Amino acid sequence: MAAKAKFETPAFRPYPVIPILKADVMKGDGPFVAKPQMQEALGYPGELIDNWHEVAISKMGELLKKYRSLRVYLDACVKCGACTDKCHYMIGTHDPKNMPVARQDLLRQVYRRYFTLAGKWFPKLVGAKDLTKEVLDDWYNYYHQCSQCRRCSVFCPYGIDTADISMAAREILGTVGKGQKYCNEIIAKVYKIGNNLGLPEPALRDTLDGLEEDIKDETGVDVRLPLDEEGAEVLVVTPSADFFAEPHIDGLIGYAKVFHQAGVSWTLSSHASEAANFSMFIGSYENMHRVALRIREAAINLKVKRIIFGECGHAWRVAYSFLNTLVGPFDFLDQRYPIPQHICEFTYDLIQKGALKLDKSANDHHRVTFHDSCNVARASRMGNIPGGQFIIPREIIKASCNYYYDMPADTIHDQTYCCGGGGGLLTDDLIELRVKGALPRMEALKHVVDNYGVTHMAAICAICKTQFSKVLPYYGFEMDQIVSVHQLVSNAIVLSRDEF
Amino acid sequence: MGFWTAFYAILFYIATLIFVGGLAYKIYQYATTPAPFSVPTMPAPLTTGGVILRVLSEVILFKSLFRSNKWIWLFGMLFHGALWVVLFRHLRYFVAEPGALIVLIQPFGKYGSFVMFFGLLGLLVRRIVVERIRYISSPSDYLMLILLLVIGGSGTMMSFVTHTDIVQFKAFMLGVMYFDWQRIPTDGILLLHLASVILLMIIFPFSKLLHAPGVFFSPSRNQVDNAREKRHVAPWAIEKFETPPPVVD
Repeated sequence: MAAKAKFETPAFRPYPVIPILKADVMKGDGPFVAKPQMQEALGYPGELIDNWHEVAISKMGELLKKYRSLRVYLDACVKCGACTDKCHYMIGTHDPKNMPVARQDLLRQVYRRYFTLAGKWFPKLVGAKDLTKEVLDDWYNYYHQCSQCRRCSVFCPYGIDTADISMAAREILGTVGKGQKYCNEIIAKVYKIGNNLGLPEPALRDTLDGLEEDIKDETGVDVRLPLDEEGAEVLVVTPSADFFAEPHIDGLIGYAKVFHQAGVSWTLSSHASEAANFSMFIGSYENMHRVALRIREAAINLKVKRIIFGECGHAWRVAYSFLNTLVGPFDFLDQRYPIPQHICEFTYDLIQKGALKLDKSANDHHRVTFHDSCNVARASRMGNIPGGQFIIPREIIKASCNYYYDMPADTIHDQTYCCGGGGGLLTDDLIELRVKGALPRMEALKHVVDNYGVTHMAAICAICKTQFSKVLPYYGFEMDQIVSVHQLVSNAIVLSRDEF
Repeated sequence: MGFWTAFYAILFYIATLIFVGGLAYKIYQYATTPAPFSVPTMPAPLTTGGVILRVLSEVILFKSLFRSNKWIWLFGMLFHGALWVVLFRHLRYFVAEPGALIVLIQPFGKYGSFVMFFGLLGLLVRRIVVERIRYISSPSDYLMLILLLVIGGSGTMMSFVTHTDIVQFKAFMLGVMYFDWQRIPTDGILLLHLASVILLMIIFPFSKLLHAPGVFFSPSRNQVDNAREKRHVAPWAIEKFETPPPVVD
């Protein structure tokens, strides 16, 4: 089991030096292993099978035939070193196996040994290695120190994406019976109850009713948060953290107010009460398909015309990049709108049309910066131009706040640093990794705090928000300095009292 | 004719077969392996034309590498750029009547070899000196650079220090190509140069030199950003998962 080791929060670096390597500082048993019941719920063997070696190699062969990405990425690396200082976990931990190329090599060395002539004949020469128990343990440990944020892929001359390799590795690990507790338990919960948090329909309905009352108390306006309303125009699919966690819930209130102002009828679904699809993290096409299918079913059953996703990073990757592929075509929806659409696209359109009245001074106690979430920045898009995912959320913030400042250019947009908790690592048994991996983002935040008096960082990802609430205090910030983008909209929006 | 002529002629045939066959096989493998998802590194172009420009900017300008590390970019650029010029210069040994362009490039190719050598040396020094790159290097990574340095060094030597009978060598090379073998000059330095080139051709399809075809097939660089408009279902996924058409009343 993961050690409950005490650790030191990394110090801010006076200037960005590349760390000296400290071999094996993050070596260990990795995060908690999934219980047999959870493994089996996902179609994997309950625990490490006896013939794991044989099965792992054959699974790798199968994946090589199924995914061009894996095949090309394992062949093409020239070990140039361009990626070696790009990973936030490398920067925060100094463990050389957290250099993207070294992380890839854990899989690549085995690929070379069993699938290439050079590795079969001259293993020592080309760095090929037998798949031993030690290598398997290294896979489990270090592929759970990758948040699949794709930052390395931006800088690789061949676009080699460690996220894809770590997904493949986790799929192999799951197949031999060594899945990760956090991810697999969550996916099992989605199957059983409908969302990551295991919030059943009555509890969800209660929560939403409570929120309606809160908004009424605060604003005097009846803003609705409908659940399972057949015939609504829009199905909103949002991460379940939006139903109870701070600052997520303030974002949800923001969506509700925007729909209210737009006069567009909408509904949440108890069948698809979760936008997250953790199956992506474990590289399982089967499970990703099964989780995504709920959204299609909900859209059909509720007879909606549009699907809009709430603020969630990896969910938006699955939605934007994979949903149509996984469970499309969506020819039963209104084709005049993007399928699916992001809540930020929806709000931005309204702002563009002048359909929202926003009182920026309501946020004058906020001096805001924006954290580009990795899966939104590097794995999806918003709007109709490349890079719209950088422009749209910032424009929404600027329309809602008087004070906006960007963090340094090499830490935002497609060079953004992960929050440190993405990719299925948002679990307490990985807290040391999460704190250390947050270092580059915290340094960038410190920069704008010191130079521009920034007080809040806005994000559009449930994982980022939870991660920052947890790690901000380690770096001397307050946990409530992280806010939802739609929380700022919610503060600024001027509600009209007309009933729609 | 002699032993060396036959030896090198036969080696050239074998090396060419392995190089062309091996590379063709890998390209076929890359081209036919499905890409089940849309996974370009964003922001990505929205059109095929845009993707062609993106891939070319990687292949010709090493754009991503430029963003990540100026030193590796500089040495890599010097090496690859000079390599192309030097290779182009070598065409004169393979065509009976070199065209004007090949004639024009001769002096550039001649001195380009120094640039190539310098670039390779820079990469080798970084591999040895920079701790992070040393950590990820296998013996083959050093040997590959040394092999290229031997090729470049022996070639440069023949241009500037110890000349070989270049007219006779051209006769040999054309003879190999047209199956009408002519005597090879047996200077040690030429034989070393050719042997290392042959070795490079043979290991090409089995080594990291596959980055050359690989860069064109990298899904993170060669895909159009069109996932909302177009489905990217792999054949194996269609068989296993394709949902029945939605029922709409």
